[in-house]
Amino acid sequence: MEPGKSLNIGNKTRVEVKKRRKITKDQWMAILFLSPSIIILTIFVYGFIGWTGYVSLSNWNTIIPDFTFAGLKNYLFLFSDFRFQADLRNTIAFTVLFIGLVIILGLGLGILLDQKMVRGESIFRNIFFFPMALSFVVTGVVWQWLLNPSTGINLFLKKFGVEPKWYTDTTILAGFQWGKIEFGLPVAILAVVIAAVWQMTGFSLAMYLAGLRGIPDEIREAAKMDGCNEFQLYWKVIIPLLKPITMSVVIMMAHISLKIFDLVYAMTGPGANFVTDVPGVYMFETTFRGNYYANGAAIAIIMLLSVAIFIVPYLWSNRRGNS
Amino acid sequence: MKKFRLLFAVLFVFSVFLTACNSNNESSGTGDNGKETSSKLEIFSWWTGAGEEDGLLALIDLFEKKYPEIEVENAAVAGGAGTNAKAVLASRMQGDDPPSTFQVHGGEELNASWVAAGKMEPLNDLYEKEGWNDKFPQDLIDMVSVDGNIYSVPVNIHRSNVLWYNKKIFEENGLSVPTTFDEFFDVAEQLKEKGITPLALGDKEPWTATHVFENILLAKLGPENYGKLWTGELSFTDNRVVEAAEIFKEMLNYINDDHSSRNWQDASQLVANGEAAMNIMGDWAKGYFVNDLQLKVNEDFGYVPSPETDGYFMVVTDTFGLPKGVKNPDDVKKFLSVLGSVEGQDVFNPLKGSIPARIDADKSKYDEYGQDAMADFSSSTLAPSLAHGSAAPEGFLTRVNQAINIFVTQKDVDQFIDALETAAQDL
Repeated sequence: MEPGKSLNIGNKTRVEVKKRRKITKDQWMAILFLSPSIIILTIFVYGFIGWTGYVSLSNWNTIIPDFTFAGLKNYLFLFSDFRFQADLRNTIAFTVLFIGLVIILGLGLGILLDQKMVRGESIFRNIFFFPMALSFVVTGVVWQWLLNPSTGINLFLKKFGVEPKWYTDTTILAGFQWGKIEFGLPVAILAVVIAAVWQMTGFSLAMYLAGLRGIPDEIREAAKMDGCNEFQLYWKVIIPLLKPITMSVVIMMAHISLKIFDLVYAMTGPGANFVTDVPGVYMFETTFRGNYYANGAAIAIIMLLSVAIFIVPYLWSNRRGNS
Repeated sequence: MKKFRLLFAVLFVFSVFLTACNSNNESSGTGDNGKETSSKLEIFSWWTGAGEEDGLLALIDLFEKKYPEIEVENAAVAGGAGTNAKAVLASRMQGDDPPSTFQVHGGEELNASWVAAGKMEPLNDLYEKEGWNDKFPQDLIDMVSVDGNIYSVPVNIHRSNVLWYNKKIFEENGLSVPTTFDEFFDVAEQLKEKGITPLALGDKEPWTATHVFENILLAKLGPENYGKLWTGELSFTDNRVVEAAEIFKEMLNYINDDHSSRNWQDASQLVANGEAAMNIMGDWAKGYFVNDLQLKVNEDFGYVPSPETDGYFMVVTDTFGLPKGVKNPDDVKKFLSVLGSVEGQDVFNPLKGSIPARIDADKSKYDEYGQDAMADFSSSTLAPSLAHGSAAPEGFLTRVNQAINIFVTQKDVDQFIDALETAAQDL
């Protein structure tokens, strides 16, 4: 295209603006500004989600593409696969622990920092917030060495007679047979949870701190006038008021933990007996090492759906709240 | 003012589109601009580590001296012992944007993938022209051929069935180096009693465990039957395979506790430090011992073929081929001819720590281990490695790695054989 052409198109648009009264200039502007991102979004996000869905229903499990229809074969394979069952167990354990700890620690630290008597609050805030600035890969490598059973924190713990095996531990707590795997809490995943919590607590702390600052002093005072003690003030007044923040933190942490890849990949890999494997790692390895493209696509779709379980109701309630 | 604002907005939005279009034209156009890029020779590999990168750069140097008019681009992708590079390669090949030439292990990693997909050019004429047909061992040429067409040029050979041991530990404890499994377990038991880890393993990436298992398979089956496993002529339920699994299970009683937190270098390090006595690994471990840890061959550490595989040579070979649809096939062939020449192989291999794939290379350029390996290479029966993608397609290997990963923890032989047999259905 030459520059002249775009001018012409520009003029045309202006003519149309005059003819149609229903669409205002502002709306035209909005459409114009949004159109590039809408087009790009449609192709590169929704188009490729559709494509992944299509591949997940095909027979493309070698390096040579084969788009013949396979039905739900890939999904059925996954749900009967030892590794994928282990991934589901690990993801559930990881998500519950990760979200729980991030909220408790974030809220706790937020409340402490919010106290008027804390000096150098901004220093603490920054210290807690710094891990957020690191990439998960850096966190993974650092914690891999810290929690390495033979070189890390154990050199110190040895003196107290404890030597946890961290992410190399293959025991599963409260385990019972479920499908092909032992369902329960894999001890090894705790090491990954520690690293992830260390990184993300700063984020929830910042969210809660902002929320706490947004609660007017009148409310606290009113509650105190009514005879609330400090504990009741937080438990019955402030924490319920922070519910929208908690919702946001849960949603954001859930989509991080359900899709987690980089941290696990850098820190532990799939782990012995797949105790630290997650769907993201399985998807990468089966697709790009094993050339099981359709299986990989099926894992991607399952991950998408699992995140959607959290996100869709959230968006829904937001929409309702707005209208 | 308002009119101006609208005009400005329209112009802005379309200029965004225009820039997008423009850059598109540039990258897809092979016209005047394209010539420069098309004559570039892009060499794709995963050689970024110490030693191997030096070898590659020396090779590129040699090539540039011979053909100064050809511009070379070293397109190496780091990480994951080649797995990252393979992922990049797969997306480029499927997007019809192949590199000029790329590193690939000889065997099924090449044959079952890019050759089967019809993405490689046969190189028979190059072999004829250079007179290579009797310069590479026939077993090796067969590994990179399908139906009489040769598809790549091997540049190096690594031996993967080697048992490395810490000399000091064996001398101090008056032990002799095991050559059979009985001797191995005998030695291992004595070492264990003395508080030394008998066998170092680092299976954070499960291929290292597969690597140990395949060497037991080779020992128990011999090269011929071992080869039949991958063609479906021999079932994984065969007694000898079960026996191999039992031996592997027994071996797992003698490994270090923290094996799943280590990679192969960390495992080799245990042997180097004297914390563990033995390690079964390919001879890239020698490069690690000598270059990274500054140890001396036959002084600090020694080597023997892994138990009961004397006379067999488990081969890992890096090869380079010519993908279909590259813009400069003649330049690529020039590079391959340098790669396959005695000069090229002798420049690359001493630095990389491997041995040349040609049988007429200059032995004096290699160290003690290299000369031993070269002698073994010409006299032994070759067997393709499974763990390194030569024996079977990557898909099968992925399944085997998963089964091994479970086996190392659960040690359930029946379940393991079952998993192997199920995976073999797709072969």
